[in-house]
Amino acid sequence: MTTVASTPASGAAGATGATGAGSAAGGAKARPRRPSGERNALLGWSVANLVIVALSLVPLLWLVSLSFKTPDSISDGRFLPRHWTFENYRGIFAESLFTRALLNSLGIALISTVLAVVLGSMAAYAIARLDFPGKGLLVGLALLIAMFPQISLVSPMFNLWRQTGIFDTWIGLIIPYLTFSLPLAIYTLSAFFREIPWDLEKAAQVDGATPWQAFLRVIAPLAAPGMVTTAILVFIFCWNDFLFAISLTSTERSRTVPAAIAFFTGASEFAQPIGSIAAAAVVITIPIIIFVLLFQRRIVAGLTSGAVKG
Amino acid sequence: MQTVTAGEVGSGTQRPAPATPPNGKAKAKAKAKAKAKLSAGARAERRLGWALCAPAVVVILAVTGYPIGYAIYLSLRRYDLRFPDDSKFVGLSNYGTVLTSSLWWQALAVTVIIAAISVAIQFVLGMALALAMHRALVGRGLIRTVILIPYGIVTVVAAFGWRYAWTPDTGYLSHLFGDSAPLSSQVWGISVIILAEVWKTTPFMALLLLAGLALVPEELLRAAKVDGATAWQRLTRIMLPLMKPAILVALLFRMLDAFRIFDSIYVLTAGAYDTRSVSILGYDNLFTALNLGVGSSLSVLIFLVVALVAFVFVKGFGTAAPGRESRR
Repeated sequence: MTTVASTPASGAAGATGATGAGSAAGGAKARPRRPSGERNALLGWSVANLVIVALSLVPLLWLVSLSFKTPDSISDGRFLPRHWTFENYRGIFAESLFTRALLNSLGIALISTVLAVVLGSMAAYAIARLDFPGKGLLVGLALLIAMFPQISLVSPMFNLWRQTGIFDTWIGLIIPYLTFSLPLAIYTLSAFFREIPWDLEKAAQVDGATPWQAFLRVIAPLAAPGMVTTAILVFIFCWNDFLFAISLTSTERSRTVPAAIAFFTGASEFAQPIGSIAAAAVVITIPIIIFVLLFQRRIVAGLTSGAVKG
Repeated sequence: MQTVTAGEVGSGTQRPAPATPPNGKAKAKAKAKAKAKLSAGARAERRLGWALCAPAVVVILAVTGYPIGYAIYLSLRRYDLRFPDDSKFVGLSNYGTVLTSSLWWQALAVTVIIAAISVAIQFVLGMALALAMHRALVGRGLIRTVILIPYGIVTVVAAFGWRYAWTPDTGYLSHLFGDSAPLSSQVWGISVIILAEVWKTTPFMALLLLAGLALVPEELLRAAKVDGATAWQRLTRIMLPLMKPAILVALLFRMLDAFRIFDSIYVLTAGAYDTRSVSILGYDNLFTALNLGVGSSLSVLIFLVVALVAFVFVKGFGTAAPGRESRR
């Protein structure tokens, strides 16, 4: 874990350079050099930034610390462990309760993401490139559906799923995940696709490329970053879900990690297995951290796309 | 929408083949006037557009429209999961049960309080954060990376972090306010829930506002400074008015999201000590009271409240319905 904890600095240093080159997300212009009179202000903002970094990371580091504490020192209230142990991690990975949940989480989130991005790309292509009545309405509705109160879907789905026999199955979670992943994909992808200079495809064909080559060599590389970003965002949202996961599953068969953590039990009924929960929490945070470190700029572009231009 | 629709008629089919510069906007506009009527090509384009959207639309309708319709149907019936055979049409009486229940009004009040306070704090902090990132020449990428982590982290994980932080003896924050257990009273419980919510989603607010800040011309701020405007005046008289569209969209997003708060309350207090949100109430009704009829009417009511919030923002405050064609 120490490696993960230390990577933000190095990873972000690289990202800083990249951001300066082209912050497409914010569209910020390169500012001219500041006169020395503004150095103090700059220093002030830098201190503020340090505070922000600390506040953002402390609650996470606390979980990391808890996950390395030994059972007898877990309730000492100290921020850092006195004795370090890997026992909590060994414990959860020895339990099928956790490993199976990890598999469920990965599988369900990946399938939902692929479905959402494939269906969403078709719709977003049409929205960005073709003209037909009702497309503005479609994007607006997609966004509102993505912001929908999920509890409203839980009661009817719970009953429907029991009647159709898909309660506590993968498909029983993939369907509700589509309710937010597909609208999110349509919305984000159509914002990305609008930025693509589609005329290049024609230009390539004029220059002698076949339609297939034009698509493969020109359009696909232009569209891929938007699709990857969308896939990451959708995956994070599916990975994050808790309400559907605890409502529409009942066993290891399809329970995802966030739901499984809530059902962890300790040695006795009343002692919560804090160490195991913390370890599991750290494990499911790792993919998020990897995504953020690798794709920080793109994720920001995806999150803010459309919202500002709209 | 009408103008935009006309503006791109035939753009896919009748575009002049030679290598035109990528910015086809002006060209498309000029073409709009030339092509008032729909040609066969435009009709084909329409059909293709609908065909490409059809799978997504069908799936969305099937996975959201159908359950919502079914929820409305269930909400009009007496349906107790313990006595499933005793189900029958009861009209609006489930709604009567909910609307006369103090639990509903309390949960609604708690939800509104959590949403309003957390979004207000997020807006102020988010604005400060956005300004800090906007001004910082060094470390901007670092900040953006670091603040994305709270936003991306699984809500349940973050909530456990906060819960153990405040748990007596275990947590590093638990002695902050003496020996009290903050998660076992309504006011403190709600405060911790708001804290968790603010910590997790302020970054999102900040990023939206930062993108809005980029639209404020730097020259305008310099000119104002030369004319003697204070930093506060520059913020309130120039930045905020110019950022109004971005601010409204950010607030709408956050309000709708905060309104369905569930995960962190479930982990932090499980709705005990009167800290239930409407989502927690709906969940409890379904899985503890096992009353599908009343639970469904709760679902429908929550849906209506959220729709009302969105409506007020879009119509009342003139928030640009997000996702519409960009008007540049």
